[in-house]
Amino acid sequence: MKKLHYVLHAPQGDTYADLLFTMIERRGSRPPVTYTTFQARDLGGDTAELVKGHIKEAVDRFNPEALLVGESCTAELIQDQPGSLAKGMGFDIPIVSLELPAYSKKENWGGSETFYQIVRNLLKGKSEELKQNWQEEKRRPRVNLLGPTLLGFRCRDDILEIQKLLGQHGIDVNVVAPLGASPADIIRIPDADVNVCLYPEIAESTCIWLERNLNMPFTTIVPLGVGATQDFLRELHEVLGMEIPQSVNESNNSKLTWYSNSVDSNYLTGKRVFIFGDGTHALAAARIANEELGFTVVGLGTYSREMARKVRPAAKALGLDALITNDYLEVEEAIKETSPELVLGTQMERHSAKRLGIPCAVISTPMHVQDVPARYSPQMGWEGANVIFDDWVHPLMMGLEEHLIGMFKHDFEFVDGHQSHLGHLGGKGTENINQRVKTTISNNSTNTSADPIWTHEGEKELSKIPFFVRGKVRRNTENYARQAGCREINEETLYDAKAHYKA
Amino acid sequence: MSGATLLKESGPREVFCGLTSIVWLHRRMPDAFFLVVGSRTCAHLIQSAAGVMIFAEPRFGTAILEERDLAGLANAHDELNRVVKNLLARRPEIKTLFLVGSCPSEVIKIDLSRVAENLNIELKGQVTVLNYSGSGIETTFTQGEDGALKALIPLMPKSDQKKLLLVGTLANAVEDRLISIFNRLGIDNVESFPPRQSTELPSIGPETKVLLTQPYLTDTARELKNKGAEIIEAPFPLGVTGSTLWIQAAANSFGIEKSLVDSILNPLISRAKQALAPHVEKLSGKKLFLLPESQLEIPLARFLSNECGMEIVEIGTPYLNRDLMKAEIDLLPPDCRIVEGQHVERQLDRVRDSSPDLVVCGMGLANPLEAEGISTKWSIEMVFSPIHGIDQASDLAELFSRPLRRHDILNPKTLTTN
Repeated sequence: MKKLHYVLHAPQGDTYADLLFTMIERRGSRPPVTYTTFQARDLGGDTAELVKGHIKEAVDRFNPEALLVGESCTAELIQDQPGSLAKGMGFDIPIVSLELPAYSKKENWGGSETFYQIVRNLLKGKSEELKQNWQEEKRRPRVNLLGPTLLGFRCRDDILEIQKLLGQHGIDVNVVAPLGASPADIIRIPDADVNVCLYPEIAESTCIWLERNLNMPFTTIVPLGVGATQDFLRELHEVLGMEIPQSVNESNNSKLTWYSNSVDSNYLTGKRVFIFGDGTHALAAARIANEELGFTVVGLGTYSREMARKVRPAAKALGLDALITNDYLEVEEAIKETSPELVLGTQMERHSAKRLGIPCAVISTPMHVQDVPARYSPQMGWEGANVIFDDWVHPLMMGLEEHLIGMFKHDFEFVDGHQSHLGHLGGKGTENINQRVKTTISNNSTNTSADPIWTHEGEKELSKIPFFVRGKVRRNTENYARQAGCREINEETLYDAKAHYKA
Repeated sequence: MSGATLLKESGPREVFCGLTSIVWLHRRMPDAFFLVVGSRTCAHLIQSAAGVMIFAEPRFGTAILEERDLAGLANAHDELNRVVKNLLARRPEIKTLFLVGSCPSEVIKIDLSRVAENLNIELKGQVTVLNYSGSGIETTFTQGEDGALKALIPLMPKSDQKKLLLVGTLANAVEDRLISIFNRLGIDNVESFPPRQSTELPSIGPETKVLLTQPYLTDTARELKNKGAEIIEAPFPLGVTGSTLWIQAAANSFGIEKSLVDSILNPLISRAKQALAPHVEKLSGKKLFLLPESQLEIPLARFLSNECGMEIVEIGTPYLNRDLMKAEIDLLPPDCRIVEGQHVERQLDRVRDSSPDLVVCGMGLANPLEAEGISTKWSIEMVFSPIHGIDQASDLAELFSRPLRRHDILNPKTLTTN
């Protein structure tokens, strides 16, 4: 946000948070945060005075329209109450005191709570005046886009895309917040007719408060994917009391639908995909994968416990148990277990997928610097659906290419491990990964004493199977052999296993 | 001391805490594991600062303190015991386990030394459990290594053997190179601390002569001295001069003939100077501002000013150990301004006022300065790169000339017409 300053009572070291913004998003300015950076020797003395000194200096230097005051995990323990200290200092700007219990809550909760406190404090006392709606005022309808933040997944481009989309339907955007908003903008929030809750993780509690206190309705559908974008437009028209034009039902300005129908996409049918991320993006990904790309979702989960309530039924509808965890090793295990052909996850799942040699696209924060592309690449709206098609399909092998590799793999020019679209690694890196995958697989198989042994013929037959499914076939065959009590795996066992799993 | 001006400043700081040093320590000793006892924030810091872990099964982790741990201390100790046992069961290859204290664990006074002691009794020597603090309220960045090494010292066996002990983490290739040079000088018994395997600790005694490779090992140096070792006074092995004086100091201490030392070092020196020349051309006369972070700022400034001809605007350092830095400060040009501590806003004001050509700073500040048109160099790179020794001097200089070269490529000078 702009013209807002945050004094964070925190020890030295917590300033590393700055680099998340300046490195991951390549921000050209520091976040507007003053850290008190207290040290052990300060703890003996008066840390309250130290906090007040920093607050005064920050207000003098940055001259904000409003001040946020909060504590990091360690400062919470020493209980200086920086919020009350700041309020007692006689500034004539609004002071928002934040209590973000770091030992029980996590980042999205913190983002949501901070936004809620800012809005609540700045709009306090604003009553539901006799506000006229757009029909009465004879103007175009106006909405706020709530929820986008820095370090959010493609928020920068999503808001442009949604603004464009709304413009096409004659709807104006009043305030975008928190991203890029100033306290003065927050005060203008009630000027809109409806709030669009773009990122429920951040904005839902604020939208609920605005509905209760200022009688502003909000939308609940997040326009990620073609179907969801259509649903969103319908919902928004309804909430605004606009007639739903025929074009909403018919219009589909995304190429995703046609690309998905085109013949090359036949090979996408039933591709096994594992999905993990924040609640909103994971849910949207499951819908797109299942309904719009014809993938088979083999795993669905989220690290946001707040969203578990929504993710569980969605997983159940796909015949799955939702994975709700913040342990990335547990997620990695689940990926191994389901042997997907594509992983859609956060940067942690990208690391896991890389280790396992599985193609991956990042769909959600936490993300890394490469997930903040220079080009325009929204996820929401029509263009967002295009970007999603490209981002998810490019890590996979093209349809015809997959076929050709099967045909030509016995030619001498063919280098095993060829995977032109797998990740961004050159030939060498790819080989290394394959080797690593091979060794981990063979290590695993020597661990259990009752493991069946591969005969020469069995290995030879296995080598004829395309490398990208070989690991899976190896595991399946071994499982089958164990079940069937085979001590040896020869070529027949392979075919037996194949028939067993197809049946 | 030379004519350097020593100033102190306090205020908001922008430095890493000592936990960050786990990033290189876990790579140096692959059989050790670093378990941070801290908050989610600590876990996030080392996870994001150490993106390195994607290449290896991570050899560090965080025992996360949660609300219920804060309720009663006994609880937190039990919880930690449980986490450690789970970890050791899952990772039998761990030989040494460091319990690393953080800001919250220090503030709620979890006694990690007691936890370590109890675990050592229980584990009966299968794994050695040690503890140190990497908390931001007590340590900055590289000081974490100081704490970890200090924790290892009580385990070092005694010995009366005459030996040279190199203290401080070096890149393996650089370490091999330096040891081979000492061997050529006739110093055969050279060991390193930390060792490459946490269990293969070098022995120590009155005949041990310690040569510090890194400037941030205050406590470690003191403890080694208490064990009877002699600390050789020298500047640090950065740049041709620093490395030469450093090697010579060791040679003197071992009574090696000066002529032998010269005959071995002189060819290396002239070769290194040759390699340095193109960088000197680029760096000479350029203004340099070093913000405090890695504690390497003073030796770097000495190298860049004396050997590369840069003009030093200000040297920031998180803290100043006058004893360890004496040899370095003596070599600095007169009137050099050294500021201990930090007030990041005022310091950035001074950066802007002095319009330097290059600023050495932490990662959080680099892009904001670049956006203002000021070239920067990340100080964290100095602790990852092989930069020590005579042969590495030009590589070290290249780290600083590259941003300037890049700046020139992207902003070609146009001919001004009068």
